[in-house]
Amino acid sequence: MTSQTFAKIAMRVYLALFLAYMLLPLAIMGGAGLNNTRFPSVYPWVGLTDRWFIDLWNDQRMWGSVRNTTWVALAVVFISVPIGTAAAILLNSVKPNVRSFLYGFMVAPILTPGAVIGISTLLFWNSFGVSAGLYLSVLGQVSFVAAYVMLLVLARLQSFDPALEEAALDLGASHGQVIRRILVPHLYPAIGAGAIIAFFQSVENFNVTLFTRGNSDTLTVYVGSKIRSGITPTINALALLLIVVTVICAVIYEVLRRRAEKRAAALVAAED
Amino acid sequence: MSEDVHLSQICMDFGSFRAVNNVEVTIKPGEFFSFLGPSGCGKTTILRLISGFMEPTQGAVKIGGKDMKGIRPNSRPTALIFQNLALFPLMPVWENITFGLEVRGVSKELRRAKAEELLQLVDLHDSADKRISQLSGGQKQRVAIARALAVEPKVMLLDEPLSALDLKLRQHMRAELRAIQKRTGVTFIYITHDQGEALAMSDRVGVMSQGVLQQVATPQEIYNNPVNGFVASFVGENNVVSGRVASVAGGVASFETAKGTFRAKLGASVAMGDQAKLFVRPEFCTLQQSADPSVNSIAVEVTEIAFEGNFVNVFVRDQSGDTHMVQVQNDPSMPPPAPHTSCQMVFNPDSCMILSEAATARSAH
Amino acid sequence: MQELIRRYGISLSVIMAAMTAFWLLALVVIPNLVLFKFSFRLYLPVDQLGGPNDVYTLKNYITFFQSPIHINVFFLTILYSSMVTIICLMVTYPLAYILAKVLKPTDTATFFLVLLIPLWVSEILRSFAWFIILSMQGPLNAILTGIGLIDKPIRWISGFQSVVIGLVYAYILFMLFPIYNAIQALDTNQIEASEDLGASTWRTHWRVIIPHAKPGIASGCVMVFMLCAGSVVVPTTLASTNSRWFTEIIQQWMFEGLDWNVGSAYAFLLLVLCIVFVSLVMRVLNVRLVDIAK
Repeated sequence: MTSQTFAKIAMRVYLALFLAYMLLPLAIMGGAGLNNTRFPSVYPWVGLTDRWFIDLWNDQRMWGSVRNTTWVALAVVFISVPIGTAAAILLNSVKPNVRSFLYGFMVAPILTPGAVIGISTLLFWNSFGVSAGLYLSVLGQVSFVAAYVMLLVLARLQSFDPALEEAALDLGASHGQVIRRILVPHLYPAIGAGAIIAFFQSVENFNVTLFTRGNSDTLTVYVGSKIRSGITPTINALALLLIVVTVICAVIYEVLRRRAEKRAAALVAAED
Repeated sequence: MSEDVHLSQICMDFGSFRAVNNVEVTIKPGEFFSFLGPSGCGKTTILRLISGFMEPTQGAVKIGGKDMKGIRPNSRPTALIFQNLALFPLMPVWENITFGLEVRGVSKELRRAKAEELLQLVDLHDSADKRISQLSGGQKQRVAIARALAVEPKVMLLDEPLSALDLKLRQHMRAELRAIQKRTGVTFIYITHDQGEALAMSDRVGVMSQGVLQQVATPQEIYNNPVNGFVASFVGENNVVSGRVASVAGGVASFETAKGTFRAKLGASVAMGDQAKLFVRPEFCTLQQSADPSVNSIAVEVTEIAFEGNFVNVFVRDQSGDTHMVQVQNDPSMPPPAPHTSCQMVFNPDSCMILSEAATARSAH
Repeated sequence: MQELIRRYGISLSVIMAAMTAFWLLALVVIPNLVLFKFSFRLYLPVDQLGGPNDVYTLKNYITFFQSPIHINVFFLTILYSSMVTIICLMVTYPLAYILAKVLKPTDTATFFLVLLIPLWVSEILRSFAWFIILSMQGPLNAILTGIGLIDKPIRWISGFQSVVIGLVYAYILFMLFPIYNAIQALDTNQIEASEDLGASTWRTHWRVIIPHAKPGIASGCVMVFMLCAGSVVVPTTLASTNSRWFTEIIQQWMFEGLDWNVGSAYAFLLLVLCIVFVSLVMRVLNVRLVDIAK
């Protein structure tokens, strides 16, 4: 066996191992949601059961936390997407030294530990009478989620030709029309991606929410408290559901992407 | 209904750099006017001043007699064709064309109809629903023109629109643009560095160098009576000889040079005793066996023959070692002299001019 | 600012500036300043606020420096976070290279798509998964006893080993993405040129690929360290009594002691730690703040 083929095989093995390393724990965790033992485990396998799913369905506190989480996530999306987009457009139009200066502040929340964001948000807004709860959680999450949106939109802005704005102005458009009809359509992919990422970042966030939630439950905090108090595989059932939903989304996305790729390739071929 | 454009003593400064220096010109309504000059001469800046993307540091832009100061680009009666066309990639052709109408609140049916009408005008059929990426270079040009015409501007501004096209297409589009301009009667202000384009399309040409307007005249005037050395050398080919004006008699000067004394027309702003240059176009030179005392002549030797199709460029070298060019029509029955032939390059005093050294330069700041 | 107004008009520019200002001031800068201020004040009953005892003091910080336990925990947090960072780097670099340069682009896209699944599933579930695996009745012990490698189940969840395992699993993807991006931007011709000139694989990596990947490496290290040092879930789930994490102490102050002032002082120490780490990495690897590009 030549060193070339050995290297190739070694690489594939490495990839496969990593993939297994990433996915196996999830499979085990999800599988435990189906096993009929009180303590979540996959081995020994007692028998397939749906009782954990039934318990999950009946858990009112869980539903409450799902409601809260969804509310917070939607609020975060609706606030951070406009802010992130505005910040990106602004950043793109200022002088280089101002740009670097502002960029540092915008990126800082991503590099700040969630606990610090949570506590600082709590301390500041508390003095305005916003006590710990869902509103505070939204504020805390927006601080770093907006940064992710900003980065996505900023990247997309680099491929925008400013002459298009000038052409629109020259044809008589108002500034508002220029942004609405020319700039934002170009940014749609980034805004869409930003909204999706904002949503998921909010749903899965723990550190910030832990300090800002007060007495309200969000999904991650609920799961965290159940792990600490008394574990039953209902959490595994929940985990399995989340994994399945994510897998379905991923599959749909991949199918759409491949179809779009085929269409684009066909278009190019047809023009020749 | 087009209007005139009056640039009144316009200056444009960028810090201490003066890009446009006291330009004064009135472009007539319905005229096809070109600003011609090399890169950096300030012609693009002038276009941006007229369209409203910049305000002049001094002076005023007046359209139809109205001062445009403080009026934003979206309120000026101008339409700009960008060098890279700036067509909206996410809209189909018809939406691109009627964008200016859309922002004025015109209904979709009316816009669709107008788009069809304009597509006919620019000779682009069945393209209303195509994507911009599906169009060829020439087709995109026409969409850009249609888009500008849709808002019925008083003045069309064109920023070197043909520079990205290949030769044949460029020549075709020149004729198209001229035809469209005549059909619509809109004032066209065109900027280019291609003198062939400017001469072929324009009613008048303004030659610019280093921010200063050198000469404004018809293409014929510019070519036949350039006002200084810059205009003479930027437009068309020249043979140039340096020397001094020795005497003047009735508009004809006696010009002393190292190659002999020549008789020539005296250009503007050149006086007796000045150091100047003599310019004669290659097509006004001929090669003869012997010198003719009634006309100017220089003893030369043929070095190279360049066959260009409908004419032939003959390169010659004189006794001082300088190269000149003589242009003759391609006539297979009468071929030009072969290389290494000694002969005389001959030109009429009426066909050459004595002009000042260079352009009127930018004033120092 | 002038360019902004020129492009978008004054009212839209003001709106955009106001939104950005709200974000940066009200949600980023001022809260941290408040945190800073709070850390210098004492936790007092309401009636004493504004009174003679309400002074600026270093007492909260002194509490930390006078507590050998807390100091010890702080340093262990730094130590193990660094360890996790290095492990992630070692594992991820070859992976990033393979994904960026060896595999076909469509295969890489699919690979990343699959990796997205653990990412979206939330770090709390990621650490819970390992809690199950490593528990006494869990599959790891079951397999090891099953194949006869050990006689009795081992208590894996003890000491810092479980925390490190959990942290690596939770955050390794945050090291992979930036390095992948950085290597992917490298012109493959450069790698081929290096090999063509006779360089060995190691040398090509050391002299051509790694220097180009430096911003990505810096970005990944900063992210992973910050996430580890600031992690709450993983240490809580996978730690035991003999392995405490710094964030746990912050939690104690905030929720059990209700002393937000000392809590904020400790939180500020954590923030300082991360800032120092970022600066260190930027200095050592010679990159600027523009290294964060997701």
